[in-house]
Amino acid sequence: MEGSSAEAALSVSANSIRITDVTQDGDVLTFAIASQKLNSSAGVCVFRMYEDFDWLQQSLFSEENLPGLQGIIFPPLPSKALPSQSNTQTKALKQLGFLALGQDWQSYCKALEFYLQQVAAHPTLCKCKALDSFLINSESPGKQRGRKGIFNRLSQAVEEMRKESHKDVDNFFQNERNKNTNLAASSKVATEKLLDVVMTEQKLAVACGHFATSLHLCVNQDDAAAVAFSKVCLKLSDVIEAVKRNYEKVASNNLSTLGLGLDLESRYQESEKEMLFRRTCKLIELETVKKGTEKAKANKREVMEAFQKAVEKEFNLISSVAKQEIERFHSSRVKVLKTFLIGWCELQLNTAKEFAELYSQHLEACRNMYSE
Amino acid sequence: MAASSERSPPPFPDSEEPELLEDSDEGADAFTGTSISEMDSPSPDSTRPTKDIFNDPIEEIFSDPLSTINSEPQKKVDTKIHSPSSDEAVDLFSDALDDDSEVMSSPEVQNPIPDLLDEPVEAPKSDVLGEPPVHKNAAGQQDVLEDPPKGSSKSSSVKKAASAELFDDDEDEEDLFNETPKVVTKKPQPSGPPVDVFTEVKSDVKVKPQVKDDPTDLFTEEALTAPAPKPSASSSSSSRTNGVHSEEQDLFSEATVELSLDSPLNDRKKKDDVKPSVSAPAAPVASSSSKASSKTLEELEEEESEDKFDLNISVTNPEKVGDGMNAYMAYKVSTQTSLTMFRSKTFTVRRRFSDFLGLYEKLSEKHSQNGYIVPPPPEKSILGMTKVKVGKEDHSSAEFVERRRAALERYLQRVVSHPSLLQDPDVREFLEKEELPRAVSTQTLSGAGFLKMLNKATDAVSKMTIKMNEQDVWFDEKIQDVENEEQHMRKLHVMVESLVNHRKELSGNTAVFAKSVAMLGSSEDNTALSRALSQLAEVEDRIEQLHQEQASNDFFTFSELLADYIRLLGAVKGCFDQRMKVWQRWQDAENMLQKKREAEAKLLWANKPDKLQQAKDEIAEWEAKVTQYEREFERISATVRKEVIRFDKEKARDFKRQIVKYLESLLNSQQQLIKYWEAFLPEAKAIA
Repeated sequence: MEGSSAEAALSVSANSIRITDVTQDGDVLTFAIASQKLNSSAGVCVFRMYEDFDWLQQSLFSEENLPGLQGIIFPPLPSKALPSQSNTQTKALKQLGFLALGQDWQSYCKALEFYLQQVAAHPTLCKCKALDSFLINSESPGKQRGRKGIFNRLSQAVEEMRKESHKDVDNFFQNERNKNTNLAASSKVATEKLLDVVMTEQKLAVACGHFATSLHLCVNQDDAAAVAFSKVCLKLSDVIEAVKRNYEKVASNNLSTLGLGLDLESRYQESEKEMLFRRTCKLIELETVKKGTEKAKANKREVMEAFQKAVEKEFNLISSVAKQEIERFHSSRVKVLKTFLIGWCELQLNTAKEFAELYSQHLEACRNMYSE
Repeated sequence: MAASSERSPPPFPDSEEPELLEDSDEGADAFTGTSISEMDSPSPDSTRPTKDIFNDPIEEIFSDPLSTINSEPQKKVDTKIHSPSSDEAVDLFSDALDDDSEVMSSPEVQNPIPDLLDEPVEAPKSDVLGEPPVHKNAAGQQDVLEDPPKGSSKSSSVKKAASAELFDDDEDEEDLFNETPKVVTKKPQPSGPPVDVFTEVKSDVKVKPQVKDDPTDLFTEEALTAPAPKPSASSSSSSRTNGVHSEEQDLFSEATVELSLDSPLNDRKKKDDVKPSVSAPAAPVASSSSKASSKTLEELEEEESEDKFDLNISVTNPEKVGDGMNAYMAYKVSTQTSLTMFRSKTFTVRRRFSDFLGLYEKLSEKHSQNGYIVPPPPEKSILGMTKVKVGKEDHSSAEFVERRRAALERYLQRVVSHPSLLQDPDVREFLEKEELPRAVSTQTLSGAGFLKMLNKATDAVSKMTIKMNEQDVWFDEKIQDVENEEQHMRKLHVMVESLVNHRKELSGNTAVFAKSVAMLGSSEDNTALSRALSQLAEVEDRIEQLHQEQASNDFFTFSELLADYIRLLGAVKGCFDQRMKVWQRWQDAENMLQKKREAEAKLLWANKPDKLQQAKDEIAEWEAKVTQYEREFERISATVRKEVIRFDKEKARDFKRQIVKYLESLLNSQQQLIKYWEAFLPEAKAIA
């Protein structure tokens, strides 16, 4: 499919998409999005707000003339950040998880960047006009929102309960659905737990900071013994300061790699679940139509059969697209997770080595001090 | 005789004592033989002058009373004893024999005695008998009073007890006197001015005895052993005081050293070799004064031998003994040492918690009043112990037991690392003795605890009322420092506590995360990814262990350390309070003296001579007290100062040690982490 219709293809390279800057103005975050034109070295930079991202996502959802749209696993868009409500830190954490952490919305930007890259790299979605205009037009793509259409989450939630457990005709999908349910749940839990760990590490770093600062209070130059003790305190303060930096580093490592990876994984699983659900809905619709056709009176039978055929065709199309998507999703998510895991492991390893070195220096210094 | 002659010549200044001893022991024979020759010439002369002196000086003294006396005697005491004593000694002897068995003062007097001996007995006695006796006694007493105060201040508390003992001794002495009266007399005479005082002194005899701190101890011991040696004992006591006087200006410790030297000499003369060693260093029988002196002695030794300090104490194997609410924890206290004061190189005893508390009670009772910092034991924890008693073998009770074990170990190590406390017989008993008397345990403790609470309450009140006018800048600053430091420590302790709590939380969260990763891995389809995830779960499990270890490291290295030092700073403050109390006592005495003087002035003005004498007596009494209390204050100040300096040093060393330990643990856990990550990296890379 890719590149088959050159004229519709995206004019920028997917890998070059970066969110280079973010500015906060009250409650509004504005992101600077830079990308590289495919056929030239020229770069494009546009400014977008969250509403624009939302518009893009809705546009993708409601893309017309795309067969089997409902079988596509849409890259998940992070939910909206509310920066001004700093007092509701815990609420933001609940809503955004890892994305609320990090300085200056770094992780949030990373997540948005990843979203755009995924959309641009998607073989079908990249042809969408909305994406092109989102990335290139300096004008904001318009504020038309509210076209939730079939993907309205609220209505979905109600139906979900009923249709979730609907038995599938296809074993492949039935399995996929089961696995997806498991993975979605456990990846979500894992993300939350890792978040707890990171939060604790940060608290620990803060506590170390307090401790290190308080140690300075003990400094006293009155006499020799006091000076000796002060030296010890200052040394300890240095050590604790090092411990603090260690924890900060470990926490940010966790956050920037495994944390984002798990968060993405968890949101992607949700997205797959939504796709599977849409397909299940279609399946149910088909089955209803089939029943209707069987019971239909002769005069209406033909109409019904035609209708059934159309639905069946649509369902099959969705199923085939879904199958491709699922395969693509699996391979890509393993790859993504792998890179995150490796990056994480390497970062932690480096940090551990760095601080082992630092600690042994401190230890050496302390021992020398001891023998003085 | 031979022995006496040998000794007397060399030490002359200090030697007086030995001579005295000889005299007493060997009694009249010796006197007649050797001493007579010497004494003869001086004695007759001396007797006359003394009489004269008495008459004149007395009047003068009365008018200016104590002040003049005090100043002179103190300075002169040593010198006086030598020369003048011989002359006047004769008179004194007679007095002593006849009237005053109480003459107690005589022991001091005795120093000079040897020379005097012969003469005094014969001629002087008769002369003196009528009036002089009184004078002599008084004179001797005065000397004693003035001189001893210095010594007494150093040795502190003993005085009162000593006085009582002295009286008893006196009686014994009387007998001795009869035999060796000559000896006694010498001293009193030397103190020319004292003679005047006689009248006063007599009435106040008590005061005088007080002055002699050390003598009392000796007396008692000697008395126990044999009646004959008593005179010698008295002499020895006097010698001690003398020694003290000379060295008073020097540090207390030195003085004590000399004392110890003196006493052994005396003992030898007495032929009781055993006595000296027993009395000075350890003997529990000895009064508090003797203890004090012994402590200082030991301290000196310790300071010298500090480098070779070799004593390892470990508290291990906490074990529950008994059931239900009567259950208690017993700990194994193992000691490893090369110190010769212990019977063997390694030994082990079982002790229960209340034994540790009992040890503290004993130590603090004995030592904190002298300004020593007695390391406090861990607090009693009813909650923690109840849990243990109930027998739930859960995590928190295990942690409690371990925590207490470590605290007890640190406590003991602190006790034995204190040079003076290490020498305490109770400490040795605690470490060595198989069975400790059960009396130490809880019942006494609860009583003591209640008393302590009362004491603390009264202390708090007196602290508010005592407004000490601090003269010593060092103390002024140090007290402030300690106050600040305690606050800082408390703050740090809070910080560390929160640190430890966060660590525990982290460890808990890591464990949960590890579980959730394991879950994720198990529901993962991709086999490589699934394996990597379950590996990751294992890694996280191990990291959780690391966090847990680190948490307990944080706790034991810092939190407990800080808690210990908060308690120790409390003890330091206790020392300062103790010093303040002594100061207050001194000031009170000063005020009282002032009042007495005013009263005397009023009497003089009102021309009531009958009451005047009593007033003078009282003034003398209070003057002695003031000097004594002032000395005591100086002594406790010196001790506290030394203790605080030592404490500061120990503290810096302690913290350094802990930091090194802490860094080692940090380094170790980082190295573990490196290992874990290095093992995991290939797994991550193997994901296809």
